[in-house]
Amino acid sequence: MPDSIKLQVNGEPVSVPAGSMVSTSVAAAGETAFRRSVTGEARAPLCGMGICFECRVTINGQAHSRSCQISATDGQNVITEFAGIDEVGRMKSHPSSLVPHLSPFETEVLIIGAGPAGIAAAIRAAEFGKQVTVVDDNPVPASPGGQIWRADQTQPSSPEAREWFARLKSVNVNFVQGARIFAQPEAGCLLAETADGCCELRFEKLILATGARERFLPFPGWTLPGVAGAGGLQALAKSNYPVAGKRIVVAGSGPLLMAVAAYLKKRGAELLLIAEQAGWNRLLRFGAALIGQPSKIAQAVSLKKQLAGVPYLPGCWPVAAKGKDKLESVTLRRSDKSWEIECDYLACGFYLLPNVELAAMLGCAIENGAVKVNEFQQTSLHGVYCAGETTGIGGLELSLVEGQIAGLAAAGRQDEARRLFAERAGQWRFAEALNRTFALREELRALPTAETLVCRCEDVSFERLQKQASWREAKLQTRCGMGPCQGRICGAATEFLFGWGMESVRPPVFPARLENLTGTPAPSRAGFGGSLIG
Amino acid sequence: MNFDVVIVGAGIVGAACADEFAQAGLRVAVIEVGQIGGGATAAGMGHIVVMDDSEAQFALTNYSQQLWRALAAELPKDTEYEECGTMWVAADEEEMDEVRRKEAFYVQRGIPAEVLDARQLSEAEPNLRAGLAGGLRVPQDGVTYPPCGARFFIERAQARGAQLFQGKPVIELTGNGARLNDGSFIAAGLTVNATGSWAPELTPGINVQKRKGHLVITDRYPNFVRHQLIELGYLKSAHSISTDSVAFNAQPRKTGQILIGSSRQYGVEGKQIDPPILKRMLERAIEYMPQLAKLSVLRTWTGFRAATPDKLPLIGESAVENLYLATGHEGLGITTSLGTAKLLADQALNRTPAIPIEPYLPSRSTVETEHA
Repeated sequence: MPDSIKLQVNGEPVSVPAGSMVSTSVAAAGETAFRRSVTGEARAPLCGMGICFECRVTINGQAHSRSCQISATDGQNVITEFAGIDEVGRMKSHPSSLVPHLSPFETEVLIIGAGPAGIAAAIRAAEFGKQVTVVDDNPVPASPGGQIWRADQTQPSSPEAREWFARLKSVNVNFVQGARIFAQPEAGCLLAETADGCCELRFEKLILATGARERFLPFPGWTLPGVAGAGGLQALAKSNYPVAGKRIVVAGSGPLLMAVAAYLKKRGAELLLIAEQAGWNRLLRFGAALIGQPSKIAQAVSLKKQLAGVPYLPGCWPVAAKGKDKLESVTLRRSDKSWEIECDYLACGFYLLPNVELAAMLGCAIENGAVKVNEFQQTSLHGVYCAGETTGIGGLELSLVEGQIAGLAAAGRQDEARRLFAERAGQWRFAEALNRTFALREELRALPTAETLVCRCEDVSFERLQKQASWREAKLQTRCGMGPCQGRICGAATEFLFGWGMESVRPPVFPARLENLTGTPAPSRAGFGGSLIG
Repeated sequence: MNFDVVIVGAGIVGAACADEFAQAGLRVAVIEVGQIGGGATAAGMGHIVVMDDSEAQFALTNYSQQLWRALAAELPKDTEYEECGTMWVAADEEEMDEVRRKEAFYVQRGIPAEVLDARQLSEAEPNLRAGLAGGLRVPQDGVTYPPCGARFFIERAQARGAQLFQGKPVIELTGNGARLNDGSFIAAGLTVNATGSWAPELTPGINVQKRKGHLVITDRYPNFVRHQLIELGYLKSAHSISTDSVAFNAQPRKTGQILIGSSRQYGVEGKQIDPPILKRMLERAIEYMPQLAKLSVLRTWTGFRAATPDKLPLIGESAVENLYLATGHEGLGITTSLGTAKLLADQALNRTPAIPIEPYLPSRSTVETEHA
C-alpha cells in the first residue's frame, strides 16, 4: 500500500495518508463546509461513524456519499456540495451496470458488528468449530474493532485489545468489511449494501452486536462545523482527520470523554478542558463503585496521567457554540457561572445510546431503548442473539462477556456460556453505576432556544417541535426525523426533550441505493393492472 | 355540548369536510383516533390530478382540482402545493394512440393538454430511458404534501369553532352521534364517516375494501424529475381489480426528493413491507428511469386505499338516516377531498351542487351492498 493517496477536492489536488477516509481529504483541503443544509447552513461531520449524514459530499458524481465511511482512493473526485445532477437534471455518475449482486453468502453464524462484542462472539463460536462471518460497515479491509478499537489492530490501545486481537488470529473467522445491513427480505437472510453492490447473507444463527452511538443534544450553535461528537472526532482522527495543533474542548458526559481527550492529545491537539455534565458527588460515588474493578481503575489512572494539565470540570456543560461559518468559541456553564472559550473544535457527546434499529426492524423486542435478551443473550426471536452495548450501555468488559455468551450459545455450548454468567452479573453492577452516574441533568432540557435546530437533516427548529404532540405528529407535520439519518440523531434528542418514543422500523434500516432494494431472492414476473394513481 | 355534525376521521377528506361545514356556520366536531392526516393521507402521494376513466371521475377530479387551484394562494408553505403537471408516459405506438385519445378527451373539456413526441419527452424529462414513444403533458395537475393540508383544514375549521377530539377510537356511529371507547357519546344532528378504508368497521355493509400500496422516497435530487410521471403501460393488461399490480409512478417533491410508486394489492391487511411487490415496483421504475437505481432511498412505507367496485367514492347519506359517508376515494382522495366536502355539504344543507351528485351517492346500484 502506498504511503499517501492523491485525490481532488473541489478541483484542487490533495494528498492524505493511506488509511484515510474521504472526510480526511476534505478537511485536509481546508474546507470547513462539507455540505449545505436544506436551509443553507454550512455543515461538517458530527458523528464520525456514518450515522448523522452531515459529512455527505459528492464522490465521483455520486451525490449524498458519506465521506466518513468511504476510504480515500487515488484519483477520487470529491465535491463538497450537492453536485450529483448536472444543469439539465441528468446524473453525473454513469453506472456501469445494474445491481452488481455478489452471490449469496452462507454461514452458520452471522455476526453484525466487529466491535468487542462481535469479536468475542466470533471467537467463541469459531473455537467450537462454527463457520463464522462478521459483517461491519467500516470500509477499511481487515480492520475489526468497532469504534472503541478502531484502528487498534496493529497498535492495540489496551491490554484487552491486545489479548482479543491475538485470540482472533488463532481462529478462522470470515470478515466482510464495508457492508451495511439494510433489509431482511426473508427469515434467515439479510441484505447488505457495499460500495458498489449488494450482498445477500444467509445464516442459521444471527448475533447482533451493533454497538452504540453518541447521544447529541441540541444547543445554540451545535450545527456549526467544528462541533462534532466526542467519539465522533476521535473516530475521524483515527482516520487521520487533521487535529494536530487544534484547540479542542471536550464536553458532554461519560467515561468516553477522557478517552477521547487523551487520544486527541496524543494526536497533537491542544486540549483546553473537559466538561462533564455529571456533578462531583455522582462521580465520587462512581469512583467507589470501581473498587473491585482493577482494570478500570488502572485505565482511569492511566488516562489521568495522559491528561495531566488538562482541566476536568464536573458539573459543567456547553450552553452555546459561536462562530460565523465555523466554530470560534464555546460558552460553558458551571453552577451559576458561565464563560466563553475560543477553540477550533468542540468534541461533544452526551453519553451513549444502543443502536437498536436493526434489531427493531427484525422484530426483536426492545425495552427501555435496548434490545431485550434472555440469559443466553437470545432476543425475543429464536436463533437471534444480541450482545454488547446494543443490549444496554455497560462498557467494554460487559460487551466482551456478553459477546462470548452469545457466541457460545449460538454454537450450542450453553454449558460453557453458563460459566460466564457470574462474570456478567459483576459487570451488570458496574453498568448500573455507570448509567446512574452519567444520567443527564434536567438543566440540559433547557439548552435549545426557540430557533435552535433539533433535526439537522431537515432543519426543524425547537420552536416548531414544541407545537407537536408526538414523534409521529412531528414527523408528519415538520419532517423532523424524515431525513437520511432516519431520526437517529434528533430522535434521541426529542426523546430527552419531549419524552417522545420510537416508532416501528421499516426497511431500509439505513438509506440504501434503490437498486439494492430490488435485491430480494424470490423471483417474480412483473405485471400491471388497475388504475395508476399512487 | 351539542353539535350539528360529527365527523369521524381527520384525514384529508374528513378535514376538508370539517372546514366546509364550519365555513357554512355549523357546529362541528371532528374525532380522530391517531394523528391528523396520519392514515392514507400520510401514506399517499399527494397528486392533484384530473382523471378520465369515466365522466363521473372526470367531473369530480376536475371540480376538485379547480377548488385546489382557487385555494393555492391561501395554502401554507408547508403544504408544498406546486403545479408541476402530470406527464403520461407512452412506451410505444399503441400507448401513443392512448395519448392522443386522452388529449382529445381533455381538450374537449377545456383542460390544457399537450402531446409530446419522443424527443420532446426526453427534453422535458431527461432521466427517462431512451426509446420511449412520447407523452401527454397535463400542465395544471399538481402535487401537495397532504398531512399539512389536512392540518390546515382542521385548523381553519377550529378557528370557526370546530372541536377536535383526538386519541380515542369511535366504537359506534349512528345517525345522531358517535360513541367513544370511554363510553362518552358525542351527539349531533348528522354524522360523517370519513375513515377511509376503515369505514366498513363503523358502517358495516358498505362496499369499501382495503387496497394496499407501497411507496419509496429518495434523498434530495433537485431537478431529477420535473413532472408527476405515470406510465400508460397498464393498457397492456386487463383492468383487473383482484390481482396485484405495479406501475411506474414518480413524483418530484418540492424538497427535491422523489416519491416512487406504485403498487396495488387486495386482501392484504398487514402494514409490513412486502419485499416481492416492492421489488417488482422498483424494477418497473428502473425500467422507465434507469438512473433511479443509483439514488439513495430514505424510506419505504405502505398505506391502504379505500377502494370501491366502480372506482368512484361514496359521498352522501348511507342506508342509515343522517349518517353520511365520505370514503372510497381509492388513490384519488387528496385530489377529490375538496370536491367531496362541497358535495357532502350541498346534500346536507340542501344547496345546489356544482356537478351532478348521483354517480357518488352511496345508494347507487354499482356499489350494491355485499351479501356475503
